[in-house]
Amino acid sequence: MSLITTLARLEAVRTGRAQPAATVRHRHLSDRPLVFVPLTTAGEAGAPLGALVGTDRDAPRLLVVPQPRDRDLRFAFLSELADVVLPHIEAYADAVETAERTETDPETGKRVKVEVDLCADAAQLIVPSRAGVEFVRLLGRSMRFRRTAEQDPEAPHPAPPRVPLLGRWLTHYGERARVPGSSLLLAMTDLLGRHWATGQSTLEDQHLGALLAWIDPPEGASGAETALRAELARDADGQLLCPPAGPATDPAFDNKLLAPAIERYDRARTALAAAEDGLEADERLAALTAAEREIRALVESRTRPTWDAVWRGLDLLRELPAGAHAEERWTRDRWSFTGHRDRILSGEPPQPRRDDAVTAANKLATREREQARLDAQEALDDPLVMAGRRLAGEAFAGEVVDVTMAYSEGKRPSPRPLVTVRTEDRPHLGDRVRVYRSLDGRPQAAEFAGQETEGVFVLRIVDKMGRGKEPEPGSVPEKGDLVCFTLFEHEQRGGAKLPDPEQTPWTHGGPPGEAAAVPEAADAQTEEDIL
Amino acid sequence: MTAEAVTAPPEGAFDPGAEAARATAAILHDTLHGAERGVVVDSPPGAGKSTLVVRAALELAEAGRPLMVVAQTNAQVDDLVLRLAEKNPELPVGRLHSSDTDPYDKALDDLPNVRKSAKAADLAGLAVVLSTAAKWAHVKVDEPWRHAIVDEAYQMRSDSLLAVAGLFERALFVGDPGQLDPFAIVGSEQWAGLSYDPSASAVTTLLAHNPGLPQHRLPVSWRLPASAAPLVSDAFYPYTPFRSGTDHGDRRLSFAVPSDGSGPDRVLDEAAASGWGLLELPARHTPRTDPEAVRAVATVVRRLLDRGGAATSERSPDPAPLTAARIAVGTAHRDQAAAVRAALADLGVTDVTVDTANRLQGREYDVTVVLHPLSGRPDATAFHLETGRLCVLASRHRHACIVVCRAGVGELLDDYPSTEPVQLGTLVKFPDGWEANHAVLAHLAEHRVPWRP
Repeated sequence: MSLITTLARLEAVRTGRAQPAATVRHRHLSDRPLVFVPLTTAGEAGAPLGALVGTDRDAPRLLVVPQPRDRDLRFAFLSELADVVLPHIEAYADAVETAERTETDPETGKRVKVEVDLCADAAQLIVPSRAGVEFVRLLGRSMRFRRTAEQDPEAPHPAPPRVPLLGRWLTHYGERARVPGSSLLLAMTDLLGRHWATGQSTLEDQHLGALLAWIDPPEGASGAETALRAELARDADGQLLCPPAGPATDPAFDNKLLAPAIERYDRARTALAAAEDGLEADERLAALTAAEREIRALVESRTRPTWDAVWRGLDLLRELPAGAHAEERWTRDRWSFTGHRDRILSGEPPQPRRDDAVTAANKLATREREQARLDAQEALDDPLVMAGRRLAGEAFAGEVVDVTMAYSEGKRPSPRPLVTVRTEDRPHLGDRVRVYRSLDGRPQAAEFAGQETEGVFVLRIVDKMGRGKEPEPGSVPEKGDLVCFTLFEHEQRGGAKLPDPEQTPWTHGGPPGEAAAVPEAADAQTEEDIL
Repeated sequence: MTAEAVTAPPEGAFDPGAEAARATAAILHDTLHGAERGVVVDSPPGAGKSTLVVRAALELAEAGRPLMVVAQTNAQVDDLVLRLAEKNPELPVGRLHSSDTDPYDKALDDLPNVRKSAKAADLAGLAVVLSTAAKWAHVKVDEPWRHAIVDEAYQMRSDSLLAVAGLFERALFVGDPGQLDPFAIVGSEQWAGLSYDPSASAVTTLLAHNPGLPQHRLPVSWRLPASAAPLVSDAFYPYTPFRSGTDHGDRRLSFAVPSDGSGPDRVLDEAAASGWGLLELPARHTPRTDPEAVRAVATVVRRLLDRGGAATSERSPDPAPLTAARIAVGTAHRDQAAAVRAALADLGVTDVTVDTANRLQGREYDVTVVLHPLSGRPDATAFHLETGRLCVLASRHRHACIVVCRAGVGELLDDYPSTEPVQLGTLVKFPDGWEANHAVLAHLAEHRVPWRP
């Protein structure tokens, strides 16, 4: 934890209210995000219990699996989920604009500009917590290898038609969420945690109710107390007043309310199956419907508070102005979205179970680059974040107290002005360390050329001054200017190109075998799979 | 780095020179005449790794095999170029460098047979071409090099090897498995357990896919004194022990000015006599840049210089003065290093190297002063427990190592057992940081001096 975060948290403890950790919103928020509040069944990994999903805060769609262990009911749930999520995604996938991209021409090997479709916007998915992101990933994995009756008539439990496709999209969203700064799939707790510092631990910040209580407590109440109540308070029946944001449910709810309700549902179902005549069946169907309605009501009672909390969080975040670079990062998300759309359109198989060596290395390199980019951009967009970097000795701000013109040696001397900056920050400057400042959005580099006295540094500006002997006007700071230099670079260089997967070298096991070229089958059926 | 032992050992005893020569011969044989595509060499601290790399490079060049050398940092590459040129000034060497300003050490300009370029094509046909892994990753070739040497292979990441492995047919991988593992700045749990986990070390991936490769190790540390080798070997290399190349009594540290009885002076005497010293400050939870501990470190260094230290070693019979250039201070974090530098400047000391463990890797000094990574901490995170960090800090010295630490680290270790999640399929690394820390602490306890300014 950085010093400034520690300070903000201490202040939050003292005041009983969360303190801002950012002055602008560092993530893109869609005008029409798709909010997804899932619940899972305790002890059954990947068995959804229900969900609220939709884009209208007043009219979420409630999806429930009355018996989560029943494969058919689970498929029905996933199918319904696909009916909500896929049309939303496809609406975005269909609206495109033309963009330019550099590609390597397969014939000449040269880099050429090509015109390609870029989705004008991308669908944004918001879940309440980080565990929700994990659940999206899990759902994606459980669905993308399923075979529909159309694909494989022999499949013992064919998946409903659109379920594998939903699995591929959810997998893509889950994977993209691992890229720092991406906004395709966001967890509300992470979003709020990025923009506010509370007086509780980061673990407790995973509780959406408690987090919101710190940030926006009711009139006249202390955030700390409200948060504690959100975490612990229970009603007369022992149920939490603020249910956890899921997907896991509270054990008291599971044991006291859900398990008996599912038990009643199971009994009603068995009874219906055993009905001997139409009249009896009608009666028992009514009982079954009632039992199902009861479970639906239970699921809604646990998801609705979270649903409302997510929208309240969105309201709070929308009050912040968007960070200058957030849109640029969103454009990358749009490229990612478009890329996945194209892979599906071109009939590629679902994402493999495991990345091959080259894909894994490429992903890691991309994420490291995006992390560095995000760190730099957030600091440039937000003085409060920059203050944190200054406190850490990674940047410094101050006033220019002197500018001396100097030139480089060589045949064509170029301007290398010496700029003296007085600062109260304590940057970790060493011999010839490079520093950067933003000059109309582009980074200008300087070299540390010496320290005059405590807090007075001499910097040699080395670029962005034009080609002439005299620096272009405005390209060199003047005496009295307030400047902010960073020790970190503002832009990231592209990494080296890795070999194609077919060219994987011997050190990494050679090219992935033929087996990897064919789409993987789902796990083989075992006895335990069938109840 | 390597120095021949001058004293002849008694009959039947461990002869470090001979042992090391035997290991080197076997390595060179496998490299030059072996059938396998790779050879892996584990080298404990100061075991003559660079010497081996230079020697292998010269022999490969002599055998007429075009050789590329991959190191991890520009400083390492420049150092190897200088060593190569020193051993064989006639050898045509290429230094492939980046297109940044000041891409290489200016000392290379004085070497007539070293050609420098940012383009690999300019260096074609030279006997040996050296560069960093990052630069090699951008090189495209039609025909791969016959041979490569990968230096500091345990500090190289698997993905970085993936980017360069297509450039060579066979390779010699040399490195120290006990030093700091490579790291990624983003999470990589997703790939944990895969044989080609891109965040793992290059050697881990290499051996996972090629388990039959010959593996050697250098058995003798020429840097570590007889007082340090057993501890470092036991604590950090429990299954691959090594010995010191020198014996007790071969090296001596003495001071012209007697002790004034203060804590720093007494710990200096303890370290001079035994090779280790622990200056213990009272237990307390402190910020990372613990002002008291930082001041204690600075005071120890100041006294070390003031007391006219002299080091006697197998290198020369006459005592060599212990100058600022032969002393280093090691810390875990950069802000701690900055704080120590500032404190030293206040005491008028400017030429002593102060750096983090990451940057001290591969360096060697007569005396090191270490701010213990866990000193004053309320918790023991994976970062602070990392075995490699402590190993680097405890194995940079030729004569003595002085650790400055707050009391209570033992209790801290017991309060925070390792809690890293176990990942299926990953090789568990021994020893873990918890155990290594306890081993070092137990040994240091015998050389404890309480802080009394």
